[in-house]
Amino acid sequence: MTGPAPADVTRAVADAHRRGWALVLAATVRVARDLDLAEECVQEAYAGALTAWPTDGVPANPVAWLTTTARRRAIDAIRREHVLRSKLALLVGPDEAMDEPALDERAEDAWEELADVVPDERLRLIFMCCHPALAADVQPALTLKLVCGLTTREIAHAFLVSEPTMAARLTRAKKKISAARIPYRVPGAAELPDRLRAVLGVIHLLFTTGHTAPSGASLVRTDLTDQALHLARMLRALMPDEREVWGLLALLLVTDARRSTRVDAQGRLVRLEQQDRSRWDTTAIAEAHDLIVDGLRGGRPGRYILQAAIAALYAQAPTFEQTDWPQIVTLYDELLSVWPSPVVALNRTVALAQVRGPSQALLEIEDLEKDGRLAGYQYLPAIKAELLQRLGRTTEATLAYRQALDLTGNETEREFLTRRLPKPDPP
Amino acid sequence: MAQYAVLIYATDSADGVAAGPEDLQAHDRHAKELEESGCLAAAFALEPIVTATSIRGDVVTDGPFVDAKEVIAGFYVIEAPDLDAALRMAGRNPVTQQGGGVEVRPVAGGFVRG
Repeated sequence: MTGPAPADVTRAVADAHRRGWALVLAATVRVARDLDLAEECVQEAYAGALTAWPTDGVPANPVAWLTTTARRRAIDAIRREHVLRSKLALLVGPDEAMDEPALDERAEDAWEELADVVPDERLRLIFMCCHPALAADVQPALTLKLVCGLTTREIAHAFLVSEPTMAARLTRAKKKISAARIPYRVPGAAELPDRLRAVLGVIHLLFTTGHTAPSGASLVRTDLTDQALHLARMLRALMPDEREVWGLLALLLVTDARRSTRVDAQGRLVRLEQQDRSRWDTTAIAEAHDLIVDGLRGGRPGRYILQAAIAALYAQAPTFEQTDWPQIVTLYDELLSVWPSPVVALNRTVALAQVRGPSQALLEIEDLEKDGRLAGYQYLPAIKAELLQRLGRTTEATLAYRQALDLTGNETEREFLTRRLPKPDPP
Repeated sequence: MAQYAVLIYATDSADGVAAGPEDLQAHDRHAKELEESGCLAAAFALEPIVTATSIRGDVVTDGPFVDAKEVIAGFYVIEAPDLDAALRMAGRNPVTQQGGGVEVRPVAGGFVRG
């Protein structure tokens, strides 16, 4: 008898990691009640899959197998040595502890039980990672680590810091969760609105990280974008009256609706004006549209509703040329007033170039460069290069493209930028 | 239950003579509320900062250890099930609405003569 091909096993493990990490960790945290122990057991379970699956075959439900394995390891560790639990013990209410018997039953039964509790488990994990007592810059990083299972290296790149810096930040945050007893739960009704803002920011970041993966060969990591969408939907169910939750969901939907046309059959990046609009997900765009119309009613709109409205204008135009650029610039102005971010100002220049021409947009880009907050942000030189090229300033455009290339880790984006590089003039 | 120290940071003037009667009443009310809640483990109010003396190495100096706009006016220890509960209680301290604030720190260990 021959087992599955090694490549199939590797792919199955990688797939289970992308889609299942948060489920496996959240379920293991409940029995381990210790962040480090839980993470360790989950990592061991994934490593165990690499040795077990080549001989035993890939299980019918890989995530269930991993969950059962990780939880069993956690329970063994706790029984073997209580000392293990002292380092980063997590505050899990005794009334909320999950029943253990499922562990001793067949994996499928454990999975049935898990499927019922897991969505909320992931939400708990997120609210803990986004607790205001944690530094703002560590909240998304911790969420990527614990909820998405990204490596410290990937997270460091996403946040433009070195790997040791990020590792130290994550360790500090986990120590604080345990020492200050930051609870592992979804906050009560009174605290929920305040705590929500941070969570929305983190989910949005998860989506953008997935939309353009920080490193690797493919542009989109659908696992991250799917998880972000899933979490946004869950939040909407939890807080049905919160307009910014609608806004975030709408923004993710309308952005994701264009996913399949962002790269061609060869996996190469396609510019917005060349994308096949007939392949955009009109169901998702319509769902987003309804959320935006409702969300813009009553009171000053928040940043997510405005961002969604901008993205929807791009997505609903029948052709690139027919896009309502002046309205987009107006919405960007309103967005900047509620959210004065340099990234928003940069994105606004793209629409501005359509309304008032590339020279005007270039002036604003140069102001943003002087401002300095976007140093290391690859899209600034990339957008600048486009504008310079449109103005026929080829030498400067080449320089800007090279700057963008130096800052870009995603292979698809690198290939795109290389293709955009102006051909050298004949000598 | 865990213990949290709540360090009260007040602007120097609010700490002592310059504090108005209304401010002081608010603090008295809060102290009473804490006592009645049963979560208060220990509490200390300090004399104004002009009475402070600091020692660094062998050098003794007049005044606070760290020069800052706000100074520690007092501290107390509360018992709470988790950080959220501790922050809820500490957030009710009137100093947070009087230009100062509180710092909440988990207690690692301690001793009070019985």
